[in-house]
Amino acid sequence: MDVSSFLVQSLNSVQYGFLLFLVASGLTLIFGILGVINLAHGSFFMIGAYLAHWLQLKTGNLFVAIALGLPLSFLLGLAVERLAIRFLYARDHLYQVLLTYGLILIFNELQRILWGNDVHGVPIPAVLDASVPLNETQSYPVYRFFISLACIGVAAAMYFVIHRTKLGMLIRAGAANREMVELLGFRVNRLYALVFALGAALTAFAGMLSAPVNSVYPGMGEHILIISFVVVVIGGLGSIQGAFVGAMLIGFVDTFGKVFVPEAASLSVYAFMAAVLLWRPQGLFGARPA
Amino acid sequence: MTKSFPTTRRRFLSAAARAAGAGAAVSLLPAPFVLAQPAKVKVGILLPYTGTYASLGHNITDAMIMAIEEAGGTLGGRPVEYVKVDSEADPAKAANNTNKLIFGEKVDFLTGPVHSGVAMAMVKIAREEGTITIVSNAGANSVTRQMCAPNVFRTSFTNWQNCFPMGPEMMKRGHKKTVSITWNYAAGQEMISAFKEGYVKAGGQVVKEILLPFPNIEFQAHLTEIAGLKPDAVFTFFSGGGAVKFMKDYHASGLRKSIPLFAPGFLTDGTLEAAGEAGEGIVTTLHYAESLDTPLNKRFTAAFKQKTKRAADVFAVQGYDTGQLLIHAMKAVKGDTKAKKEIITAMAAAKLDSPRGTMTFSKSHNPVQDIYLREVRKRDNVVIGVAHKALADPGTGCGMA
Repeated sequence: MDVSSFLVQSLNSVQYGFLLFLVASGLTLIFGILGVINLAHGSFFMIGAYLAHWLQLKTGNLFVAIALGLPLSFLLGLAVERLAIRFLYARDHLYQVLLTYGLILIFNELQRILWGNDVHGVPIPAVLDASVPLNETQSYPVYRFFISLACIGVAAAMYFVIHRTKLGMLIRAGAANREMVELLGFRVNRLYALVFALGAALTAFAGMLSAPVNSVYPGMGEHILIISFVVVVIGGLGSIQGAFVGAMLIGFVDTFGKVFVPEAASLSVYAFMAAVLLWRPQGLFGARPA
Repeated sequence: MTKSFPTTRRRFLSAAARAAGAGAAVSLLPAPFVLAQPAKVKVGILLPYTGTYASLGHNITDAMIMAIEEAGGTLGGRPVEYVKVDSEADPAKAANNTNKLIFGEKVDFLTGPVHSGVAMAMVKIAREEGTITIVSNAGANSVTRQMCAPNVFRTSFTNWQNCFPMGPEMMKRGHKKTVSITWNYAAGQEMISAFKEGYVKAGGQVVKEILLPFPNIEFQAHLTEIAGLKPDAVFTFFSGGGAVKFMKDYHASGLRKSIPLFAPGFLTDGTLEAAGEAGEGIVTTLHYAESLDTPLNKRFTAAFKQKTKRAADVFAVQGYDTGQLLIHAMKAVKGDTKAKKEIITAMAAAKLDSPRGTMTFSKSHNPVQDIYLREVRKRDNVVIGVAHKALADPGTGCGMA
């Protein structure tokens, strides 16, 4: 591999890492902080993509579509939490898996009824529809750089809210010791609802942003579900930095795995996860289990 | 909700009523009147009506019924009962679903499915039981190769058929070095190896075969690889959302300007609206194109549109020809479904006027058909020639071939 293609592959890795963090960020919140195994994570991603497609058709502008889609998906997340998830915080993970798996089936069927089974494309907004030449044969779409930027924005905002605000303090406290926070007079229930809805909106946001590069099709949510869990598990539960580092590492392992060991391309990411977990069972940035 | 097996109370009651009616008729009327109400021909349909492939299932079914309705709604003079089972495109449920149709419903004919995994299970049972079976989509080579049987026919294609002719065509255009890229699964591998067979025979060289784990759609690393290899052309197969994403990523990477893209027609069928500009100029081979300029195809697409309010596609054509093949065979035996041998002989000798062109059957019971060369122009697969006239699958490994 010459230097130029090594550099381009590194760029691919970083860019894929950003995309993975964006896709997994909602799960980091919900799984990492609420401890809820949310298999419907992929469904929120899919709903985001379909909302982007649908609202973009109605309004003619992807940014307007995202601005409208965000509150919609926040409300959807809130509804799901109030109607279903909140009954399961105290229950075993198995109940959460069953419930959220059921949600996948419901959302898939809703998608079919509302939008049909065709594959749709979402055009890249005209301002960002350009490419930057990298070498004589390959160029890089500007929109992908835009996604990376958006991802940095999301990561910074999440870090700031969780580590620098009172809300973030409560969230962290609620994750560490729910009863104590309740005893101190805070409504942890409401807090959890808020976090879940934020997680759902964030996931939908990832779906909306990646719709122009991904295309929009049935079953798209299932594709990202497993890789999102891998990112969160490698990073360590409840750690935003962890998820970020995990996403970057996966980006590199996946990209260079495909190039150097194509026969084991499907394996590289999971082998890496297994290695990390053998070394640090709690994940890279996870708190040591008591 | 998935559609359940349609043995509903209503069906049971209507069957009972019919039986009672027939009994009454026997007692009240002279014999000729009883004969004038011949028993229904049961056509079992195993297709996906829910999930990702639902639209394919509906198009195949509706076009097949349309063909039979156009011929008077009967098969060999007998009325037809369609027994539909939702395959859910799930290979795990395929054997069970096939058994329901063959043993439960005792169907006279069996047709379907879309998914090759379902086809494997379905054909395995059908060839044991001898039920006359028409595969109306699944393209796995082995259905009419190793697994071929006298009672199994196919009205669609083999994966081999749609890729083999592309090799010589690309050589004709002067593309001597090619990189192939697809998913690492059965259909992808069958298509790439068929392409390679034709391409290498014509003197071309496949410099790299890239296989992605199914259904991974992160292509960026491989696009960089292709840019480094600088081949004359790229041959690819993806479907659905993966196809759209690949076309878009390939376009955005700027590779399309220097390295043209070739593919079997499934890459650009039903995906062009979503792909937009990224689809333009891609050259594909397939046994059909909606834009095919023949009177029969024009009549067919118009009739299908009028009946279903949906646009006809390659799947509808395959369904239509399944209907035509049933009509032809049942006419030959005057509706006698017990004359299996004669039905098989008639089907094997059939020469159908299909919307895709004239179509006959090879010794392994797969269509002998023209493979068209198509190019995407203004979001449409425009026929620019015939890549291979009357192409038959070699039927390697089939005892009948």
